[in-house]
Amino acid sequence: MAIWCLIPPAVWLGLFAFLPLGIIIVISLTERGSPLAWQFTLSTYARLADPLLLTVVERSLWMACATTALCLVIGYPLAYFIVQQRARVRTWLYFLTLLPLWANSLVLTYAWMVLLRVDGMADQGARLLGWLGTHESLNWLYTPGAVIVGMVYWYLPFMVYPIYGSLEKFDWRLFEAAQDLGATRVAAFFKVLLPLTWPGVLAGSLLVFIPAVGNFVVPQFLGGAKAALIGNVIQERFLSQPQDWPLGSALALVVMLVISLAIWAYFKFARAGDAVG
Amino acid sequence: MVRPLQMQMTHVRRGVLDGFIAPLLVLNALLAYSFLYLPIAVLVLFSFSASRYASIWGGFSLEWYAKLFHNPDIAQALLNSLLIAAATTLIATVLGTLAAVGLERVADGRRASHYDAALTLPILMPDIVQGIALLLFFVLVFNGLEYVLDWRPTLGRTTVIIAHTAFAISYVAVVVRARLSGMDKRLEEAAMDLGANEWQVFQRITLPLIWPGVLSGGLLAFTLSLDEFVITFFTSGPGATTLPIQVWSMVKRGVTPEINALSTLMLLASIALVTLSVVLQRRR
Repeated sequence: MAIWCLIPPAVWLGLFAFLPLGIIIVISLTERGSPLAWQFTLSTYARLADPLLLTVVERSLWMACATTALCLVIGYPLAYFIVQQRARVRTWLYFLTLLPLWANSLVLTYAWMVLLRVDGMADQGARLLGWLGTHESLNWLYTPGAVIVGMVYWYLPFMVYPIYGSLEKFDWRLFEAAQDLGATRVAAFFKVLLPLTWPGVLAGSLLVFIPAVGNFVVPQFLGGAKAALIGNVIQERFLSQPQDWPLGSALALVVMLVISLAIWAYFKFARAGDAVG
Repeated sequence: MVRPLQMQMTHVRRGVLDGFIAPLLVLNALLAYSFLYLPIAVLVLFSFSASRYASIWGGFSLEWYAKLFHNPDIAQALLNSLLIAAATTLIATVLGTLAAVGLERVADGRRASHYDAALTLPILMPDIVQGIALLLFFVLVFNGLEYVLDWRPTLGRTTVIIAHTAFAISYVAVVVRARLSGMDKRLEEAAMDLGANEWQVFQRITLPLIWPGVLSGGLLAFTLSLDEFVITFFTSGPGATTLPIQVWSMVKRGVTPEINALSTLMLLASIALVTLSVVLQRRR
């Protein structure tokens, strides 16, 4: 019976989830056409070495890393704060933290456009405080900083979710025991709490980093031309003129490579954490 | 996503709230919640503004909501979104539940972890990669059909539904598996001992027991499909504009209070769906 249950979903996923991934690889090996040409070539990968593309890839990587780091710096203390509250308050605070996960992410990103645009709330606030003249603007929209803010906003709940999970399971008597044995609070944090909640930190970082690498909505809305990321280039090569599907496919494979490395690092560090714990 | 309350040891203090760390923690939490909710509050506030400019207050007005309800593009996008989400939910719930039940039966073998990895791949895969992969797949299939049958389909609601099921099945399967693993296997064995065949056991014992999991998996598929943007963007074509695609094209034309109104309604719908799913989960 198990086999009969598995066949329909396996066929469906095989056709519509796994086969299409294989097609990306095949198309990345073909000549540029309109939009497809069936001549095989490796030249697309040579074209990846374009300095402009390399700048975009580098920017995508550091922005994804910066987003992950900021989410961690805000998210860990936040999860720590929530877990200390009384049960009822805790449930509500946790719910409030995860609620944005369910909101449409385009809408969330659009909200930052309304805040940061010229004459938007940020400008009006700064004028009220006397930091800006009447016709001056902070000009925050369409900067790399705005992209990072938008991505931290989008992914912060993904960081809090697993960290809160591991803090919730943590046996706090260990923390007390460490202090009873003479550890300072800071030492107890670094020697006991952090190593034991390490799996949550790693899982959260992975959940933020993976989607952040390929995000093209935030740079499109908040970044402008100077902060285009790898996702924007892929989208343009597929849907805008001049089309270049092989190059777009090769760039998608670069994204996959980066993500595979991140997942590999996750398992490596998770195992190292086990050894310490 | 909201976990049930866990039993906790009340006599153990959870960490420390004194010293110089405590005020910093409170400050961080205050800033974080303002950060999370301030943009949403501003967005909602200005959807009720009479001003034409999305960031200048011009007195209270429902003008933008009225405009929204008379916009035929929005009505069509809403219809497309609901149809796609309903079809996705149906297919993904059936196939995802089948996958979960099947995997539970083969769970003893070492192969099970490979199946699990294959099942989580569509969850971990970045949406942009899934989007272009499906675009390429559909174009190749269409080319083939044109060559063989002299008939070329176009991207539309059907392709979006197929694309959405490709990731939604995995989410449903994960949720249903969680429910299955908490089920008492002896109930199934007892039914078998009493002479029920495999189909009867599934229908009379397994399915009723995992039903809350199936429901919340279906609800998750529905919500994910309604909110999905990137994969839809690549697989929808001009004829199947969904609400998120509609928001995208409106934003590209400029920030307007009408988008604020549409966004507010979409946020309300999301909150309603989460509340429903929390209620469903509480009922187990």
